Amino acid sequence: MADPMRIRAVARDGVVNVKVLMSHEMETGQRKDGAGQLVPAHFIQSVSATHNGKVVLSAQWGPAVSKNPFLEFNFKAGQKGERISVTWVDNKGEQRTDEATIN
Amino acid sequence: MTVFRTLAIAGLLLGYAAVTSAQSAVDEIAKYRQQLQDGNPADLWEARGEDVWKQKRGPKGVSLERCDLGLGPGVVTGAYAQLPRYFSDADRVMDLETRLVHCMVTLQGMSLADATKRPFGSGTNRSDFEALAAWITAESRGTKMNVSISHPKEAQAYRLGEKMFYFRGGPHDFACATCHGESGKRIRLQDLPNLTEKAGAQLGYTTWPAYRVSQGELRTFQWRLYDCFRQQRFPELKFTSEASIALTTFLAYNANGAAFNAPAIKR
Repeated sequence: MADPMRIRAVARDGVVNVKVLMSHEMETGQRKDGAGQLVPAHFIQSVSATHNGKVVLSAQWGPAVSKNPFLEFNFKAGQKGERISVTWVDNKGEQRTDEATIN
Repeated sequence: MTVFRTLAIAGLLLGYAAVTSAQSAVDEIAKYRQQLQDGNPADLWEARGEDVWKQKRGPKGVSLERCDLGLGPGVVTGAYAQLPRYFSDADRVMDLETRLVHCMVTLQGMSLADATKRPFGSGTNRSDFEALAAWITAESRGTKMNVSISHPKEAQAYRLGEKMFYFRGGPHDFACATCHGESGKRIRLQDLPNLTEKAGAQLGYTTWPAYRVSQGELRTFQWRLYDCFRQQRFPELKFTSEASIALTTFLAYNANGAAFNAPAIKR
């Protein structure tokens, strides 16, 4: 089971700024280990953020994204005290969903 | 003669260009760090460290919440800014990692070998020390460094650390001071703090632990010393050894007065 994400969301002037830090290896599948064997690819493929049941961000990622990725985005119409939920799914089908309250 | 003078001027100009491009590279790196500051993955280690601290573990099935880091059992806030220090219950000077090992052995009932088996993590083999250090040091962010050397054993550790800092040896005839005893030195594009001056000593000490982007890992001060020893081709610096504590005491004391500012983020 992957570690929780760190999500910070702040509403200002009708715009919510969301910062997400994810814990993930993000292996490209190109590296070799000490024994010369390829390290299997393991990376996040899709990320989505929902607010009040509505998707506010949907992204497709590939192996070029760094280890322990940091994602920042803004969306309109969020209010203080509401919840934002972020989900990622990786190429092995593992996934993780975390929630945070908008400040 | 004219040719010679032209060459000399060209040489001067080249030198000037090298200096300015190095300067702008340093500025660019500073900008890069600024951008990363907001999303420092050290946060992930901090979260895990708090978990590890509160988890019931070891043969005795207790958490580390009664561990005394110097300010009383369970007091974490501000504790790191006063470490290393003398602990009367162990009758020796200890830095953070050594104290954590002490608590794991005395409180949680682990064997010394079990407690110290993974000082540094890599990939999926994660180290509890790196997580604990991330969280505990974060609880001292903004606190002024205030390390004491008033106890005779603290003073002894400081003197030993100072001696080690200037001691030249190994196949390269290196000392810590070879790289860290002069201002304006760098390895490739990494500025090296001059640890013999107040400002450099403060900058160097107060920005560890740090998330190393190139390794994708959070690294502690014990790791920093361990890797400096490797780079000097010194014998391996043993985790939580007297030597590592002495050197840490010397460097931490020299940083006194500066606000602690880690976990940081580094290249």
